[in-house]
This record gives sequence, structure tokens and C-alpha cells, in this order.
Amino acid sequence: MSQIIIATLVAAVVVGLVGIILGFFLGISGEKFKVEVDEREEAITGVLPGNNCGGCGYAGCSGLAAAIVKGEAPVNGCPVGGAPVAAKVGEIMGVAAEEGVRKVAFVKCAGTCDKAKNDYVYSGTRNCATMMFVPNGGPKSCNYGCLGYGTCVAACPFDAIHIEDGVAVVDRDQCKACGKCVAACPKKLIELIPYDVKHVVRCSSGDKGKDVMSACAAGCIGCKLCEKNCPSDAIHVNGNIAYIDQEKCTGCGICAEKCPKHIIL
Amino acid sequence: MGETLGSLVTIAITYAIVNNVVLSQFLGICPFLGVSKKTETAAGMGGAVIFVITIASFVTGVIYKFVLANEYLMNLGIDLTYLKTIVFILVIAALVQFVEMFLKKVMPPLYQSLGVFLPLITTNCAVLGVALNAITFEYNLLETVVYGLATAVGFFIAIVLMAGLREKIEYNDIPKPFQGTAIVLITAALMSIAFMGFSGMKI
Repeated sequence: MSQIIIATLVAAVVVGLVGIILGFFLGISGEKFKVEVDEREEAITGVLPGNNCGGCGYAGCSGLAAAIVKGEAPVNGCPVGGAPVAAKVGEIMGVAAEEGVRKVAFVKCAGTCDKAKNDYVYSGTRNCATMMFVPNGGPKSCNYGCLGYGTCVAACPFDAIHIEDGVAVVDRDQCKACGKCVAACPKKLIELIPYDVKHVVRCSSGDKGKDVMSACAAGCIGCKLCEKNCPSDAIHVNGNIAYIDQEKCTGCGICAEKCPKHIIL
Repeated sequence: MGETLGSLVTIAITYAIVNNVVLSQFLGICPFLGVSKKTETAAGMGGAVIFVITIASFVTGVIYKFVLANEYLMNLGIDLTYLKTIVFILVIAALVQFVEMFLKKVMPPLYQSLGVFLPLITTNCAVLGVALNAITFEYNLLETVVYGLATAVGFFIAIVLMAGLREKIEYNDIPKPFQGTAIVLITAALMSIAFMGFSGMKI
């Protein structure tokens, strides 16, 4: 009987001792291997949105926080949080936040199902990247346009881009300009533009006018009507595609009126 | 010496390939399925597992030999070896914590690249499996460490192969009922069958 009691006690003591020793060991090594973290770094990490989207170009929010503390990144380095977050980070860093321009993603294609022609019927994997291996880079006649298979939709961490009628459309209010879709689009169709721009060209076809006409009813044919009519020299046709210089654009809207294809919005 | 070396090599090859920890012993399936979506992260997890299992097998080996199965207590008629599971879990959990602290201080780049996988290893049953099996097989300390290292290398091989396959699976047109975990489990089963091909090997 006493043998059993002793054995049980010894077992309890051994497990208890192992636990206590390990506890002390961890406690001591925790002190010994303490890594000095700048207090501001943790504070900034707390203020940042915490999506870890990587839109700032650093490995997650803590990466940006470290960079801000080191002075490598500006206090308004977070494109997602925008001005409110920049103000809070600026408070922590003791720097006044510069006003960052809010940007949104924009898909330079208006070739919806009824406007863009298809060369053939495609029923394979629905993934933009695999279209590189499909004849003519996908079923659409236009080789520049949105494929509409939603690689950008899958890349968006904020549910701000959707395929509507065969073309990706950005939800301007949801978009945080993290740039994930810009990187994901194999056709390089998506661009970050300032939120308050007046007019944008919704096409990116570099083909000649005749070819564009035969492929899509909503394509830039490079007619230069917009360029000729622009009073502030802000729009130019370069490589068969009109491009608006947003710094010069006054938002008069003449180009949108004159465009025969109605692709300037 | 030659004989010992030979037996060590046998242990190494047996547990890295023939009796692969994941594909023929079915240990550590959780991280095998959980973090095998990308080859890079899979390699990170594999690296962390190699690191922890090797150290854990040594430490648990020492604790078993000198604490739980020490001769003094044995002579008194007190056998503590039945405590091995609970003590090993304690030791492994503490060890993972310690390794995390140590790496954070001494090797920040390695710590960063292992990232979240380090604490995840606490729940990897392969670590406990190695510690307990080494006792069942009555290995000495050196053999235990080699056994641990080989098992972890086997895990690394399996998870990296799996990640490579899964990256390709992404682009396939999989019928709806098989999408997600289902096709991964089927793939794992096929890999397991492939690894059975090694079981006839005599070393």
C-alpha cells in the first residue's frame, strides 16, 4: 500500500518538478533572449489595418511598421488606411502626416460581352493566367482586352473587383488601392488612378483602328479626335491608344463628348 | 565503429524514405495537408520541423534516460516510464518556445522565414511520435538523434513533393465533389502508394 502511495507521490513530484524547471528555464531565457522592439513599432502595427495585403510593398503590416520606425517608409505608406491611418501613425512618430492622394484601381477595358466579339467558344479552365496557352490568348478577338476570368477578383483582399458582363469592374468605394489586382492581371489592364479623376480612357488596345473596329464596338481606334479637341493638351494618342495626362486634365469633358466610340468616361 | 555507422545509415535511409513519417506511418498529417499549398511555405515548414525534431529527439532522449528511467528509482521499485507522454509533451512545448526565442534573438532572418510555422510545430504529432518511438525501438542517444533527423527529412521530402503537386492541381479542372481537401487526400493516398514501392528495399 505504502509502495503505491510513494510511487504516486514520486510521479507527481517528478512531473511537477519538470514543469517548474521548464517554467523557470523559459522565464530566464525569455529575459535573456529578449529582443528590443521599439515601442513605436508595436504601436504603429496596432494602428495599421492588419490585412497584411502587402500593398505598401513590405511583408505585411508589421513589416511596414518596422520600416516607418526606421524612417525607410513615409508615415502615409499604407495605401489601404489612407489619411486617417496616416494621421494616427504620424501622431505616434511625432510627424505631421502629409496628405496622401487616395487612389483606386481602374480597368482599362469596356469590352463587355455584347460589345467585344469572340473568335471561338472556350470552355476550359477559367483562369486568366492559363489563357497564355490558349490560341490567340483567349477567345476574345481583341488581344488587349479583359478576359473576364476573374484572376483579379481572386487576388482582391477587399472584395472590391468583380466581373460584370465579361469585364472586371472596380467598386471604387471598396477599393483600397493595394495593387494586388494590378500585379495579378496578365494583360496589364489595371492601373491605379487618383480617386477624383474626371476622365479616363476605358480601352488599352494598341491595334490599328480597322482591327479594333472588327474586334470590339468599344475600342479606341486612335482617331485623335480627342487629342485635336482638347483645350489643355492633356490627351494624346500614342501607339494607337489615347492616354490622358491627369495632371494637365481640367475635366472639361470635351474629349468624352467627341469620342466616337464613347470609351472616354 | 563501422558497424555503428552502418546501423546509423540504415536508420537514416529507413526513416527518411522507406518508412516515411507521413506517407507510411501517417504521422504529422495536419501540417502536411495544412501548409502544403505553396512550395516555399512547405519548405519553410519542413525546415522548421527538421530543426525542432532533431533537438526534441535529443532532449527527450536525455530526459527519458536520466529522469524517467534512471536506475536509482528503478532499484527502489518505482517505474516512472509511464509518465513519458505527459513529460514529453511538456518538454516539446517548452522546447518550441525556447527555440522561437533563441532564433528571434540570434538568427532573426531564419526566425522571419520560419515565421508562424515554428509555434505550429508544438501540435505536430510527428515530434511526439519520434520521441515515443525511439523508446519503443530501444535506441541509444545517438541513434535517437539520427532517427529524429531522418524522420524530419522524410517529412520535408513529403511536404515539398505534396506542395509541388498541389500547385499543379490548382490549374486542373477538378469535378466539384473532389475539389479542395478531397483531391488533396486522394493525391496523398497515391503518393503513399508510390512510397510503398520502397518497402521491399533491403538495406
